[in-house]
Parts: sequence; structure tokens; C-alpha cells
Amino acid sequence: MVKKVISSAEAISEAVKLAKPDVIPVYPITPQTKISEKLAEYVANGELNAHYIKVESEHSAMSASIGASGTGVRVFTATSSQGLAYMHEVVYAAAGMRMPIVMANANRALSAPINIWNDQQDSIAERDAGWLQIYAETGQEALDTTLQAYKISENKDILLPTMVCIDGFILTHTVDVVEIPTQEQVDKFLPQYEPEHAFLDPKDPMSIGTLADTEYYMETRHDIEKAQQKALKVISDVDNEFKDQFGRGYGLIEEYKTEDAEIILVAMGSICGTIKDVIDTERSNGQKIGLLRVRVYRPLPIEAIKQALKTDAKIAILDKNVSFSIGGALYNEIKAIINNPTYGYIVGLGGRDITPEQIREIIEKTKNPTKDVEWIGLKE
Amino acid sequence: MIEIRFHGRGGQGAVTAAEILAKAAFEDGQYTQAFPFFGVERRGAPVMAFTRIDDKPIRRRFQVYSPEYVVVLDDGLANVVNLTSGLKDDGEIFINTTKETFDKPYKFHKIDATKTALDVIGVNVVNTIMLGFLSAKTGIISIDSLLKVIDETFKGKIAEKNIEATKLIYDKVKGN
Repeated sequence: MVKKVISSAEAISEAVKLAKPDVIPVYPITPQTKISEKLAEYVANGELNAHYIKVESEHSAMSASIGASGTGVRVFTATSSQGLAYMHEVVYAAAGMRMPIVMANANRALSAPINIWNDQQDSIAERDAGWLQIYAETGQEALDTTLQAYKISENKDILLPTMVCIDGFILTHTVDVVEIPTQEQVDKFLPQYEPEHAFLDPKDPMSIGTLADTEYYMETRHDIEKAQQKALKVISDVDNEFKDQFGRGYGLIEEYKTEDAEIILVAMGSICGTIKDVIDTERSNGQKIGLLRVRVYRPLPIEAIKQALKTDAKIAILDKNVSFSIGGALYNEIKAIINNPTYGYIVGLGGRDITPEQIREIIEKTKNPTKDVEWIGLKE
Repeated sequence: MIEIRFHGRGGQGAVTAAEILAKAAFEDGQYTQAFPFFGVERRGAPVMAFTRIDDKPIRRRFQVYSPEYVVVLDDGLANVVNLTSGLKDDGEIFINTTKETFDKPYKFHKIDATKTALDVIGVNVVNTIMLGFLSAKTGIISIDSLLKVIDETFKGKIAEKNIEATKLIYDKVKGN
């Protein structure tokens, strides 16, 4: 174990090196490029023994990931924004073909206009693809989640790909203190992948991803649904096992000072660190504010969220994405499962900095709400 | 928590300086965070980078708006950007300059880092020298940690020359 001051992009690269994938098909795109560059370096200097495939597009990156995963080996890829949008049709195929691929997505806005900075519209647009989605708050969590993701995806009851979402620039390009486990520790937690189902073996030929007509298609989708339902327990179990071994666990959700809170903010990703600082300041002024961080977004931990919000508190949900005309995705989904007065706030699109003043504005607006959904941080 | 803002031009090593400062503070046993201003990268254009240092884990993820210290690698930026923007009332500015124009109301610490860079390193790259200056004046990082991180960041001769120049300025300020 060693502690280093590194970016989240490097933290994920370290995790990938420790997870020892066999194949890495990847195409560079800002702000993910730091991950693909670092992995190329590891492969070039022999630190990582993997086939690094320089594909010509993200569509090919995901296609090659599926092909490689189909042979029963561990696969990693990474993307962002337009890249994720470009691989969209094969993102669905990866889940439908039940490939336990792990992909890091450096969350970035979608065009147009062109914007390379952070929001979460790109991965939210893929929420229905059948992938598991986990949003990290810190570099440490990005590293730990990448290791956990393989163990979750490769579980024989799950066999679904996992997207590890990290906020572009805010995490990918920010260095902070990250603990890197040893290879020996990781080998113990994450042994070599032994595929049991759905892989291509010349000695036992089979087809995968073939035509499923009206007689079969719906059942295959329902199988994904069943696996997603099972994934909640698997994600928790893997997280607990990780905590036993490494001393760090994150849960499906994180509750921060929610117990007596009169207003609970709900958010995903790196913004939660800023919110925690604001909550501490506000609490010292006698304001009872709390935070519910949704870490696992797919599957959505409905029961855990309901339990956490079983209070009279007003709920303020922050989305770095928008479904035009009805507010952010997280707002709509959580509002549908709780009975509290719930308000949605669109924040930080295209990298607009989310300041403590904006968080305090959201708290004030939630005390005396006038609208269901508001955009915060717009220029006058 | 101490917050530091670096001003430079693309290619002058402001982002590297912010990261070296963070790593040196970590070597000193502190928690740190460093990041560039998330803008468009162009050589020669004004850039900013930020470092936070604290004795407990740093959770906040917004830009630095009211720094304790500002480090300026290129005094020509004074005509282009507001170097004192948001600077705390008792904040201090460390600037690479030979001009007399920089003075109150803020506390300016002036140094001709360009001369040292040209004399010792042989190129006009002053980022490590300015960190040596900051270390000597404020003590927010130890010189030992700073030199160690410079050694780890650069290779061979470049590392040696940066260490020499940084130490020279540090000793000069300290009167060693």
C-alpha cells in the first residue's frame, strides 16, 4: 500500500493495472484521455500485460470490447461525452450480450454547442442501456469502485457491464491524496476472471447476440431486469468485502447528517464534497441540513433511498443533467418513489462551477419553494 | 485551509507548480488538492492553477475564489488579468518581476526569478524557483519536501538544475 497525490484519471488507471485486464480497446477523448494515455504507458513499459487496441472510434472501442469480452477475458475501456454517445448502439449490445466489461466515463457535457467540461448528461443518456452505473465522489472512490466493478460485473448472477462515472476535470484533472493497494491485496480481492457463461470457445462453438424474435426478445430484456435487481445485493456484498479487506466502503447510498435534517439535498458525484462542507457551515449556524448521496444510480437503490428519506424533511435534488420540460433525471426518479415535498435544481451544466453560494441558494429556495424545478447559476 | 492561486501563461508550468506544491505539502504530512482552471489550453495564453492545503481531508470541489496566496510566474499578466481578484485582505502576492510598479494595498513579494532561471537552468522556466521563494517566505511547505518532489517530477539534468535554482533562491531569502 502506498499513498500518492494523483488525479482521479490516474487513480482509475492504477486500479485497471491492478485488475489486470487482458484487452483494452480505447479511443482518446477529453477529459478521459489521461486514462487511455496512462494505460498505453503501462502496456508499453511492461507494467501491464494487456492487448491495447488502438481503435478508430468509440463505436469500435465498444465493439472490440464486446468481442474480447465474448472470448471470456477481462476487458477495460474508457470514454466521455460524444464518445459515449457515438458508441450508444453497442453500449446497449454490451448489456444485452451480458458482457462484464468495465468502462470509466469521464462525465462531460454533450454538444451542441461544443463543450468539453463537466456535467452528467452523457451517462444519464445511457441510463436505460442495462449497464450498472456508479458515480464516484473522490479519486479514492474512483480507484476502489473500478476494482469493485469487475467483481460485481463478473458475478455469475449479474454478468452486466459497469460504468464507473467520474466528473470530468473536477475529478479527472484534480490531484489529491489516493491510497493505492498492492497487487497482492488486489489479487486476493479480485482473482482472475473465470467465465462460466456466454463466451466464445472454438472447442465449444456458440453464437451470442443473435436474432431474438417476438418469442424470445422480451424474456432477454426481463433477464437483464432480474440481474439488475440482484445487483443491489451483489454491489453491497462486494462493497462490504472490500471494506473488510481495505477499510473503505461506500454503500449504495451515503447519508450525511440526514437524521434530524429539515432539508435533505440529494446529488451524485464530486459535488457532494462541496455540499458536505456547506452543510457543516450551515449546521454551525443552526440550520438542519443533510445530504443523501446516490452512489449507485443503476440499479437505483429504491428501498435504501425510501428508507433514508422516511422523514418530514423537504427534499432538494440536484441534477447535472436535464430532461427538457420536466427537470433532471434524478429528481424525476426520486420524486416518483417518495412522498416528501420534493424540488429539482439543474446545476453545473457544461462545467459551470457549483459554488457554496449556489448550494445555499438552493437551501433558501427549498425553504420557500415557488417552482418545482429551477435552474441555478444562470447568468442574469 | 490554505488556498493558493497560480497565474502563468500556457507552457510556463503553472499547473505543474500547483501539483508540485500539493505533493510537497503531502510529503509534509498535509492533505492537499491541486487542479488547473478548467479552460481551453493554448500556449502563451493566461492560465490559472490552484492548490489547497489542509490538515484534514479536503472535500470541496469548486474553484478557488479567495486565496491566501497568489503566485505570478509572468508579470506581463498584470496588464491582462486581475492578479489580486478575490485575494484575502491579509493575502500576499509572490511575483516574478523587476518592475517597481507592484506595491500596496497588497503585500507584494518581488523576485527576479527569470534571471536565476536563465543563469542556472538555462531556460526561462521559473515555476520551481517561485515555489522555493514561496517556501522561504511562508513556510507552508518545507524546502526538503519541495526539493524531493522536484526530483521526482523531472528527470536527470533538468531535475538537478531545478533543484539547484530553487535551493539558491530559498537560501538567498533565508540568508543562509
